[in-house]
This record gives sequence, C-alpha cells and structure tokens, in this order.
Amino acid sequence: MPFYVAPEQQMKDKADYARKGIARGRSAVVLQYEGGILLVADNMSRTLHKISELYDRIGFAAVGRYPEFENLRLMGVRFADVRGYQYDRRDVSGRQLANIYAQTLGTVFSESLKPWEVEIVVAEVGDTSAEDEIYRITFDGSIVDEQGFVAVGGSSEHVSGVLKDRFATNASLSSALNTATHALARENGEERELEAANLEVAVLERSREHRKFRRIHGQRLTDLIEEGKAGRGASSGSGTTGNATTGGAGESTVGGTDE
Amino acid sequence: MFEGFEGGRLPAAFMSAGTSSFTEFLSSVGPEMLPGHRLPEGGGTEHLTPDATTIVALTFPGGVLIAGDRRATQGNVIANRDMEKVFRTDEFSAVAIAGSAGIGIELARLYQVELEHYEKMEGRSLSLEGKANKLAQMVRGNLGMAMQGFVVVPLLVGYDENTGRGRVFSYDAVGGRYEEHHHHSIGSGSVFARGSIKKLYRDDLDQTSAAKVALEALYDAADDDSATGGPDLHRKIFPLVDVITEDGYRRLPTEDVARLATEVVEGRAVDPDGPTAPLG
Repeated sequence: MPFYVAPEQQMKDKADYARKGIARGRSAVVLQYEGGILLVADNMSRTLHKISELYDRIGFAAVGRYPEFENLRLMGVRFADVRGYQYDRRDVSGRQLANIYAQTLGTVFSESLKPWEVEIVVAEVGDTSAEDEIYRITFDGSIVDEQGFVAVGGSSEHVSGVLKDRFATNASLSSALNTATHALARENGEERELEAANLEVAVLERSREHRKFRRIHGQRLTDLIEEGKAGRGASSGSGTTGNATTGGAGESTVGGTDE
Repeated sequence: MFEGFEGGRLPAAFMSAGTSSFTEFLSSVGPEMLPGHRLPEGGGTEHLTPDATTIVALTFPGGVLIAGDRRATQGNVIANRDMEKVFRTDEFSAVAIAGSAGIGIELARLYQVELEHYEKMEGRSLSLEGKANKLAQMVRGNLGMAMQGFVVVPLLVGYDENTGRGRVFSYDAVGGRYEEHHHHSIGSGSVFARGSIKKLYRDDLDQTSAAKVALEALYDAADDDSATGGPDLHRKIFPLVDVITEDGYRRLPTEDVARLATEVVEGRAVDPDGPTAPLG
C-alpha cells in the first residue's frame, strides 16, 4: 500500500540520511600552499585511500562511504584517461571532472531511493596559484568553487572555522600541513593529537614535471609535522601568525545540474 | 558517442568494478579509438606511413639506457629529420619503436596510458615483467596490421625495483617477448649498431660512457644504413638518449648529447671507423 510522501519531505529525508552517513566518518581538508595544493585526510588505513590522483594536475579527496567514493574515483580516472588519450593531456581539466561528478551525484540523489553518502573535492593545480582550482561536490550534486581552502566531512563547519582562522596564502608546506592537522584535530569540538600514522597526505606540486601528484608518508611526513610544530611555535612567539591574510573564503554555489 | 558525455551521464561501464586495463576498457566504450580498429582492405599499403629506424639499448650498473636516431624514411625519401621514437612510459620504463611510424607512435601512446591507468586504478605500478607482458599483448593485437605490411616492433627498457638493475626486452611482430642481456638494437640499422655495441660494451660502464657507446653504435648504423640518421651538427639534431636508474626516468639534456655526439663525430674525422676494440 503506497503512502503519499511530499517531494519536499522525500528530498529532506534523503538529505538527512546522507548527512548522517557522512557525519559518521572523519574529515578531509584541501588547501593551497606556496608550492601547490595540499590534500590531507584523517585516515588510519594505509591502503584504502581517501586521497588519490585523477590526472596529471588533478587530485581527488573524499569522505563518507568508501565503496561509493571509490566508485566515483575509478570513474574519474577512466574519464580523464579516455579524454587525455582522445585529445591531449592538457585537455583534461578539473572543471570537467567536477561537472561529471556533480551530474552523477545529482542523478543518484534524485533518482534512487538511497542517496550516496559522500562528499568529494576535485583540486587542480595551475601554473600559478591564481590558476589553482578547488571544487567541492556534495552528495546532492551541488558544486562549490572554493577559494584557497576547503574542508569536507562530518563536522566540516568546525574544521572550516579553524582553517579560516589559520589559513595563510603562500604558507610553506610544513606550516600548511600544520594548519590542516590542527583543523582536523578539532573535529566535533574535541581536541586530539594527530600523528603521521593517522594521516593520509599528498600534494599537487606545481614545479613537478609530468604528474604533479605525490604522496607524502613515512619519515618525510613525520619530519614535516615536526617542522610545522616548530615553525608554529616560533612564529606565534614573534606574533607573526599568518591568519591576517586569508585567501578569502568567498564561495559561489552552483546548482548540481548546471552545465 | 564520446562527445555525448558533455551533457548527459557517462555510460554505465565507467562505474562498473570492471577492469584496470585501459585498452580493455576503451575497447568496451570506444573501440574506434584503438589503433588498428579497422583493418585496411587489400594490398598496396606500402609507403602509407614512414618507417622509424634504429634504436639501441644497453644496461649499466644500476640502470639502463635507450637511444634512438631521429630519421623517418619513406622509401628513398627522408620523411622526417627530427622524429621522436623514444618515449617515457612511466617513472621506471621507456619504450622505443621501429617500423611503421604512425602505428608505432600510437602504440607507444596507448601503452603509456595503459601503465599509468593501471597504476592509478590499483594504487601500485605493474611489475617490470607485468609491463613487458602487457606490451607483448599489445604488439600481438597489432598482428592483423602487421600482416598488411604495417609491422612495428618496440624495445622496452626498465629499471627493476625488485632486483635493482636495468633490463631490456625485445619483441617480434607476433608479440614474442625476449629478455636481452646487456644490450640490444632494433630497426633497419640494427645489424650495424649491434656489431658496434658488441665491441664497445663493458659491464662496468658509467652513465656517460654508456651514452657514448650508444652514440657510437648509432653513428655506425647511420654510416652503413641509409635509413638511419647520424648526428646532424648543422641543424643541431641529435639522437635522443633516455636513462632510467633508481632515481627514475631522465632524458639527457640536448646540450649533453650534443657534446657527446660532437666528440663522436670529431673522433670519426680522425679515424672514420671509430674506436677499435683491443685484440686478445
């Protein structure tokens, strides 16, 4: 016996369901630093990645249900590789990928009973920091063109808040990583200490040839974390903490089905 | 069909768990994009695409080097003077082609995407053997074209991260894969290059001397094979030399190759037959 449910209610229920699902997992942040774009996720697993490479200049970060965003990742890699093979490597852009993701998520959200509990970021590093692109795509297929930094995940508002206070344009890698881990550690209003083993870190390095994506782990990550802490201590002592120059948190939301 | 993506959704194949092979995937969503998709009818296929000529490869302690001349010929005509026939395929491998240039370049490009695609899908690279076998399959896939006269054979070199040494793999037109020890050469001038390299090769060469040996071998190939181009000092066109070591792939800068190639040419001005190997 079918019951009538108002479309508004249906959408609201789906959105609540998706939000709850996403809120169960840990967050991820993506932010610019002087040499490119840094991607950091709170992830215990060494092999089930939340952060990956999509193409030469394009990285992917996701939170939520692993099988669902893994599906999206594979789709993105396939799309990018086919595009790049068909035309040229330069013809694959972050915008295209963000649009494909938005369309896919938008369709799943409106057509299927269960929405996907994922939130993803597509980041493309440009030749200069002004040409960097960071897109956030939510479970209902909305795209947000972010400036400078973005946090996705359960309590991303908390994390974004911390990021906004601390984010400095042209920060060094270690201080950007420090900002990111500091923000991630304050998820859900708690205060934790994040170690190298809890973190999945990768960069899109502007100066690198061919493929810009590189993972940072092991000793190098531990060193960077230490360096960031030391730098933080030194700079806050001299009162030059870089929260005065936020890259502007201006956002322009675009409907998921646009383009 | 691919143009249709822009507005609508991607075909379901993009989302399926499916394969980590790019070629396999492409054959399901866009087979017309694969090389050799439509076989030509009938004969008379000669001279449709120029021929790429001589490639040499040799190992040295801790790495491997591959070098190719720059000439493409179409019958008696030089079709291209500065063709690139050595390709970086990933951080630890490179491939060079000899034979039908048009088909070979496409094969190398597809192979490049294939390796990278696998790496991104699986989160780890193929083993060097895996890479070598994959290339064998792709060459075999070109058999139909080879029967029509478009023969292309690659030469694969790579650094084996497991054993810490450089390795060389050669292929025949039906996809037979052979591991070569120390050095190998393919293409029209390969007979002469192989003779040359055999006499100059030692197993304790450093990177620069290995490059020198390769350039001497290419010079000898160009000396006796009209389809192979020697170093062109006037036009400043020099062979391409790629080196792969523990640190990854590196193409030697043109200045370095120019310097070495000039040394070779100057050496030949004194002794046209080049360096001699000691007897006994």
